[in-house]
Amino acid sequence: MRNPQLNRHGELTHLITTEGLSRDILTHILDTAQTFVPLAERDVKKVPLLRGKSVFNLFFENSTRTLTTFEIAAKRLSADVFNLNINVSSAAKGETLLDTIANLSAMQADLFVVRHQASGAPYLIAQHVAPHVHVINAGDGRHAHPTQGLLDMYTIRHFKKDFSNLTVAVVGDVLHSRVARSNIHALTTLGVAEVRAVGPLTLLPSGLDQMGVRVFTDMNEGIKGADVIIMLRLQNERMGAALLPSSHEYFKHYGLTQEKLALAKADCIVMHPGPMNRGVEIDSAVADGPHSVILNQVTFGIAVRMAVMSIVAGASA
Amino acid sequence: MATKTPAYTAATLPDAETLYGNLLAAVRHAIEHLPPELMHLIGIHSGGAWLAQRLHKDLGLAQPMGTLDISFYRDDFEKIGLHSQVMPSEISFSVAGKHLVLVDDVLYTGRTIRAAMNELFDYGRPASIRLAVLIDRGGRELPIAAVAVGGFIDPAPVASFVLSQTQAGAFVLTIESKEH
Repeated sequence: MRNPQLNRHGELTHLITTEGLSRDILTHILDTAQTFVPLAERDVKKVPLLRGKSVFNLFFENSTRTLTTFEIAAKRLSADVFNLNINVSSAAKGETLLDTIANLSAMQADLFVVRHQASGAPYLIAQHVAPHVHVINAGDGRHAHPTQGLLDMYTIRHFKKDFSNLTVAVVGDVLHSRVARSNIHALTTLGVAEVRAVGPLTLLPSGLDQMGVRVFTDMNEGIKGADVIIMLRLQNERMGAALLPSSHEYFKHYGLTQEKLALAKADCIVMHPGPMNRGVEIDSAVADGPHSVILNQVTFGIAVRMAVMSIVAGASA
Repeated sequence: MATKTPAYTAATLPDAETLYGNLLAAVRHAIEHLPPELMHLIGIHSGGAWLAQRLHKDLGLAQPMGTLDISFYRDDFEKIGLHSQVMPSEISFSVAGKHLVLVDDVLYTGRTIRAAMNELFDYGRPASIRLAVLIDRGGRELPIAAVAVGGFIDPAPVASFVLSQTQAGAFVLTIESKEH
């Protein structure tokens, strides 16, 4: 079966997940993003690529940062942007997902950016839109968050230049993290030497070994010699739900402190998809310290989202 | 205006270095009255950037040159999508109040130059923009003209010129059929 993200010419027409995308496609996205980065230095920070196109940001789940960076990205491409917070509109009145999409398509939408609590919602939408309409997944359930994965890859490439000799540790609640999944697929495809997953057994999914990931339950072992540490947000709602004793206990074992960070390589970079829980998964001294590239991730995220939008919008129908 | 000549073959194609020599002389003439401290060359990727680099050196210019990739400003994005190899535009100086000389390899419909001018204005408001090209092949679809031209050549409509550069930096011109 053809990858549902690609059209019949093999071009990326939707971005649903980093899983199954070739190294060429991932590299093309990163290269394109690189050309958008200098735009931020100019008088006019816009290019006319998507002039006259309508981009609908459909957020069925709240996310201020992701919504804002998608909005900035679309506006810098000169698109018209419409932000819909569906929690409080039609869905609350009982409209089905596909009816919502059909209605917005009737308003001549060209591109949907979808955040949904249900895994697979963006895929379902992509299956039902007209061939000239494109869908970008902005995070679905536990499944995937491909633009976050790609901006993490961009950040790693920016600071480390090459993927092939790197050891990358993904630390925390891997089980519930769509960011972790998108990162692991992309890191593997881009040929990173070693991908590690670090966390308590209750927060590590099974099957990591089959994905080529080394599993560690001891944080000190897991980040020893790492070039890159990707910290994951510990969702508060997991606390006390039989998975974890307390946030204090979690910080003691899996919080990234300067003492633990000293075990990684001297030039290790520390990443976090945000929003951070200071004092739960990451100590403030590390989050604000010299190894942290967390705010660079946010800046690069705009260029990466511009790249993804312009690539899918340019794919032939 | 371009003079009408029969379709070129590899044997009758003018030598790229000769055309470059003409271009160099024409650019030298076109910029002689401009204040050197306010004059910058801007090469359009990729052929125009090579030409601008060589002109920059041969004219002994002190001001830095810039390069433009006009992929994000093309008017055929709808038809062909994003070019697979986009290069960053690099303009390290402010263009406001400057006299800019855009450099490209082949001037044809004028659409590339239209896109380049739109992009330049997103960097600021230049005092003036001039155009220098290695080859003017006629066929304009927009009111655009070059002030410095290496040669006027009108190939068969189905052909396109391809400029390349040897390792030693010499220019080589070949002709390619557009029909696949």
